[in-house]
Amino acid sequence: MQDRIKYWKGIEELENTPEFEKHAHNEFPEFLPINGAEGGESASSGKTHRRDFLKLLGFSMAAVSLASCEAPVRKAIPYLNKPVDVEPGVANWYASTFYQGGDYNSILVKTREARPIKIEPNPSSGLTPLGTSPKAQGSLLGLYDTNRLRYPLIAGKEAKWEDVDNQIKSRLANVNGKVAFVSSTIISPSTKKLIDEFGSRFGNFEHVTFDVNSASGLLQANGGVIPGYDFSKANIIVGINADFLGTWVAPVPFAKQYIETRKINPDNPAMSRHYQFETILSLTGSNADVRVPIKPSEEAALVSALHNAVTGGGSASGTAVDAKLLTSVVKDLQANKGKALVVCGSNDPGVQELVKAINTAIGAEGATIDTAAPYYVKQGNDAAMLRLIEEMNAGSIGAVFFYNANPVYNHPLAARVASGLQKVGLKVSFADRVDETAKLADFVTPDHHYLESWNDFEPKRGFLSISQPVISPIFTTRQMQDSLLAWSNQSTDFYEYMRSNWRTVISGNFNEGWEKAVHDGVLENGTSLLKVSAPATTAPSGIRKVQPSAIEAVVYEKVAMGAGGENSNNPWLQELPDPVSKATWGNYVAMPRLMAEEMGVRQDDVLKVTFANNESIELPALIQPGQANGTVAIAMGFGRDLDAMPVAKGLGANAYSIATVNNGAVLYTSGVKLEKTNATSPIAQTQTHHTVMGRIVVQENTFANYKENPKEVTEYVRIATHEGPVKPATISLWDDYEYKNHHWGMVIDLNSCIGCGACTMSCNVENNIPVVGKAEVLMRREMHWMRIDRYYSAKEHEPKDYAEMEHPADNPTVIFQPMLCQHCNHAPCETVCPVAATMHSSEGINQMAYNRCVGTRYCANNCPYKVRRFNWFAYANNDKFGFNEPMNNDLGKMVLNPDVTVRGRGVMEKCSFCVQRVQLGKLEAKRENRRPKDGEIVTACAQSCPTEAIVFGDMKDPESRISKILARQQGERAFHVLEELNVQPNITYLTKIRNLA
Amino acid sequence: MQHVSPIREPLVTGGKTYHDITEDVCRQVEAKPNVRWAAALAVALVGLAIFIYSVYRTLWYGIGEWGLNKTVGWAWDITNFVWWVGIGHAGTLISAILLLFRQKWRTSINRAAEAMTIFAVICAAMFPVLHMGRPWLAYWVLPLPNTFGSLWVNFNSPLLWDVFAISTYFSVSLVFWYIGLIPDFATIRDRATGPIARRAYALLSFGWTGSAKHWSRYETVSLILAGLATPLVLSVHTIVSFDFATSVIPGWHTTIFPPYFVAGAIFSGFAMVLTLMIITRKVFYLEDYITLEHVESMNKVIILTGSIVGIAYTTEFFIAWYSGVEYEQYAFINRAFGPYWWAYWSMMTCNVITPQLFWFRKIRRSLTATFIISIFVNIGMWFERFVIIVTSLHRDYLPSSWAMFSPTIIDIGVYVGTIGLFFTLFLLFCKYFPVINMAEVKHILKSSSDVKYPKKAATMHATDKDLNSNTHHNE
Repeated sequence: MQDRIKYWKGIEELENTPEFEKHAHNEFPEFLPINGAEGGESASSGKTHRRDFLKLLGFSMAAVSLASCEAPVRKAIPYLNKPVDVEPGVANWYASTFYQGGDYNSILVKTREARPIKIEPNPSSGLTPLGTSPKAQGSLLGLYDTNRLRYPLIAGKEAKWEDVDNQIKSRLANVNGKVAFVSSTIISPSTKKLIDEFGSRFGNFEHVTFDVNSASGLLQANGGVIPGYDFSKANIIVGINADFLGTWVAPVPFAKQYIETRKINPDNPAMSRHYQFETILSLTGSNADVRVPIKPSEEAALVSALHNAVTGGGSASGTAVDAKLLTSVVKDLQANKGKALVVCGSNDPGVQELVKAINTAIGAEGATIDTAAPYYVKQGNDAAMLRLIEEMNAGSIGAVFFYNANPVYNHPLAARVASGLQKVGLKVSFADRVDETAKLADFVTPDHHYLESWNDFEPKRGFLSISQPVISPIFTTRQMQDSLLAWSNQSTDFYEYMRSNWRTVISGNFNEGWEKAVHDGVLENGTSLLKVSAPATTAPSGIRKVQPSAIEAVVYEKVAMGAGGENSNNPWLQELPDPVSKATWGNYVAMPRLMAEEMGVRQDDVLKVTFANNESIELPALIQPGQANGTVAIAMGFGRDLDAMPVAKGLGANAYSIATVNNGAVLYTSGVKLEKTNATSPIAQTQTHHTVMGRIVVQENTFANYKENPKEVTEYVRIATHEGPVKPATISLWDDYEYKNHHWGMVIDLNSCIGCGACTMSCNVENNIPVVGKAEVLMRREMHWMRIDRYYSAKEHEPKDYAEMEHPADNPTVIFQPMLCQHCNHAPCETVCPVAATMHSSEGINQMAYNRCVGTRYCANNCPYKVRRFNWFAYANNDKFGFNEPMNNDLGKMVLNPDVTVRGRGVMEKCSFCVQRVQLGKLEAKRENRRPKDGEIVTACAQSCPTEAIVFGDMKDPESRISKILARQQGERAFHVLEELNVQPNITYLTKIRNLA
Repeated sequence: MQHVSPIREPLVTGGKTYHDITEDVCRQVEAKPNVRWAAALAVALVGLAIFIYSVYRTLWYGIGEWGLNKTVGWAWDITNFVWWVGIGHAGTLISAILLLFRQKWRTSINRAAEAMTIFAVICAAMFPVLHMGRPWLAYWVLPLPNTFGSLWVNFNSPLLWDVFAISTYFSVSLVFWYIGLIPDFATIRDRATGPIARRAYALLSFGWTGSAKHWSRYETVSLILAGLATPLVLSVHTIVSFDFATSVIPGWHTTIFPPYFVAGAIFSGFAMVLTLMIITRKVFYLEDYITLEHVESMNKVIILTGSIVGIAYTTEFFIAWYSGVEYEQYAFINRAFGPYWWAYWSMMTCNVITPQLFWFRKIRRSLTATFIISIFVNIGMWFERFVIIVTSLHRDYLPSSWAMFSPTIIDIGVYVGTIGLFFTLFLLFCKYFPVINMAEVKHILKSSSDVKYPKKAATMHATDKDLNSNTHHNE
């Protein structure tokens, strides 16, 4: 019986059609015959039975609805073999260096699961131990920019590295004419050496350094280096068109030095006095005690007058500046010989000669100028670049390389550069994307991002630092140095090259010393590697006459954007408000009120700006208090029209044409013609009301008053009661919280804050704060948790004349106030949330539970400080916000901090006191069975502040820095904003003190 | 029955009998839709479509579709909310408080006023939900047992009080209104000829038979609900005003708000009742029931509440000056002379100046003037809320955050849309529900009709031929 039982696989086998037999031997037949259940009529006949139709219909309905319910599959792939040094969830820190256009920062890079997510200052550095620049913070996003080139290009087409190498090598072998290597300043000793070696193969080679915002004049007057300015030793600082806190030479080290003389030690009060003469209201001018607007054409006369007065003892006259004031400057300088410093931003070698003479006369050299340790951060030689352009046009250049240089876009003679390039046989660009110059190049051999590269740096003699790769290259790019080595037929890579170069500076066991240098990121043992010599090509000496014109224009560098448009595609930096104008996303014509009134121009009116070369651009006007009358200013770095820079497309206009060549030197000024058009184009400012309206929101006083009685410098609000005036905090309907363990707080010293915006940028990166774009900033919806309020002093007005108070003075004093959630102990936001989504922690932090928030915005309305931010739209995974790269493409998302939620649409958010850091610090301390140490837990803003204006800590710990400051400053400079509301903030401000003349 | 002075102006004119009342009111329900009604409904439906589109945009893309910003977190949304809640005040005031005070003139207008209340509250209630960032979680504001652990609502929050106030108000008003409708539904049911109408109204009338027991219960329930609703009239807007009064924002943090808001609410509610009634009585030929007496009475309430509101505005200014608080002073100066001065002066003109015209009897009794002024009051009261909300927020403490608000097309769409929604509901109500409370009007007919009758032959039935002066509906 057994063998009679036969199981068929299916009807098909039973029927055993020829069709079936054909596929029977396949275990997984691709072909599955489907026969109709009745009648054997196959489905392929095209006839569908009613029942089948209904079945299919039912199935497809069910399938469609099921498919729509399904959540997208997200894969988390664990390590099969875990790398030794990667612990999921635990950050690794690597020392590195950020350097761009003079802005040098020794940094630590925080990586999580092998991807860099944050940049912090490197405390081991002697130059920049405290904070970073906003650019350094923002540079992280450049790594994850999807618009970077993913492969080399030959004539604009994708190519293989081997082909590129072969072609370039063969063309270099037959190069006809001079070989030029154009770069922005290189402070890498090894790279410079390598370039020189590379060039030595050619008979005629030149390395031309071209800085967009150049210090050529200064270099020429000082033997090819920047004098070793040390602002910390100066009692009197005179700045002339030098924005040394924002963009001039080395702003981060300078800010640290500068603020040392500005912080007030209550036990021994001393403070420098800072005079600033400038055309634009710069970040530095905003911090000056005495600021005088001057026209560019008056600069040389002013410097000469100062020179004559200081050296010859003559009178400081013949300038447009108030003679009395100038006399007091001279008096101050002479009274502080050896303790004074004059810096000038002029690019005219003649003017800089005079400045040098002034500094010599006031004994600055060897005192406030460290002659042994000059700065190397700017080496651009304008004369050499100008000569190269002529040589290109003359056809005598055989090959040209562009490294971190884009002169077709940002040279004042960009058109000549472009025309010259056509006559060059071989053009190679190392640009990370197809920029204006790379477009004209035969080869684009994209360089690594600096976070993917090995490099070394010497920003100042004796201060060496290293950058190391913190991520393996994302794209098939190659470090410029490795390309040069490959084209020189060398088998070593740049890492080895650099290591061997460092053998001279590391004493003792090299490997140990090298490891330590890489680990620390810096080597400051006094040795120097970088070879810098006085420029061979120089501009003619003598002072250039800047012809006064009806409207003198200057082109200036924005603090966060940089000079050459390198950061144009960085949405973080585009949305970071300008420290002074508070404008984002684009440039504009900054003009003084008087000129605007004369021309009948209102803010946002589009003006046609015609340059000296008859080219013209159209930009909206921004009424800028403090702008010297008769002048306008336009920022560099805008007007990009590149597919590789979609973020920057259509923003502002290119104003490099303002810079003019004057007797071999590039001066960043010229006369322009302005015409009003009928159009308007709104400027996206994050702050549109500029005066403080006589409120004691910010407090300031004079140094003289402070010295007389420090208890009188701050105004404290008192509430009238039947027992007389009392502190607001003493009258309360509320029960106070009891803080058993910690009570986190912050002190912000308004005297130390220079307003640079590093804290804002740092907060944005740390806390995954979305970029919302120009249109939304115009809707007043930027998301920054940390902002810097900037107030101009109002023009003269009667008390309570509110209409007048709204208008800033023409040359206002400026005060910056970092503003963030005040973490009130009696928080008005906490009581009004219907769902208790915002509440107080047991450690004094006002917390947001995003998951609980239903988005009524009542908390934001009831916040007296207006620091709460609402997610008006979904900013993540939303094509409408494609420019918000950190949240809208897979590569960009790598920059997100995994410890911080990306908030969804419709929830409120605000400063959390970096609760993730607080929590981490506490957990680490707990693991080691101890209390957190002071300074161990620090918020992103405090960590990135280059001037230590922000101190965060546990107010419960009497030994903490914050507790000591609070105890010392109570009743003197410490105050709470809006104390009368009795919301009892955990953030205390210290009154700003000005050392008025 | 209390005594009614014979020299009082009659509340029902035209010598109506009980049957006339039934006929006059039921005629709208039973007859074919009239053209004017259909046209009005079409317009209202367009408004409704705008509403649906605007709400879709808001819900699909987010609140960013509105013009709000980091400084002004509420603007048209809460303005509209408070405006609609205010409008919804008249109905309950008329039916509850006037019932308790035995104000007979309320009977012919209370039905429509209550309907208006309910529809206004529906419109109002849209906004607290729509203005949320995540409206799909709106139920989180209810103290529901949940699986989130011990997560509970925040009873300190005035917004939560709002939730309770509005929902209570809505449910009590709805029940009150519906109870009042039952006897009239029964009347329509009894007269209905079509099978659908008969069944529908049978269902709606809850098996009302008109027995003495039913009437007795009806009276009792009405009285109880009136008692319950009366404090609500005062509490709802008091609590709405707490949203502002308990905050720290200058211009919001004001103790005068509760009475000021309640007065304002009644003010705007009566204005809206007038706007609607003047149209309804014309469209549905109800001039004999909603008489000039009614209009005049309501105008008197308007002049009273309008004056209270005016005094409140002045008091705010005085207190701002008297308090010596800089922020408070600036907030009010900014209201009157700042960038939103036009909103402030629109409010002042519409709310304080125009209602004063009602001191003149002629204007008070002029339908055209009343209609125009009622529209003015509606506009003025919207501006009042806009002024309070937006001008206080846009320049509060830190000048760095000062900003302007301007509405987007979606803001406008949602607002216009709620008006469409309101009128759609109101027009449907007018057509399918008895607009006038027949039972209650019949109740007062004997004492307050313009027909003087001998005490003995106290009958108003149409069958008494000699008393029937209505010539339209003689059988």
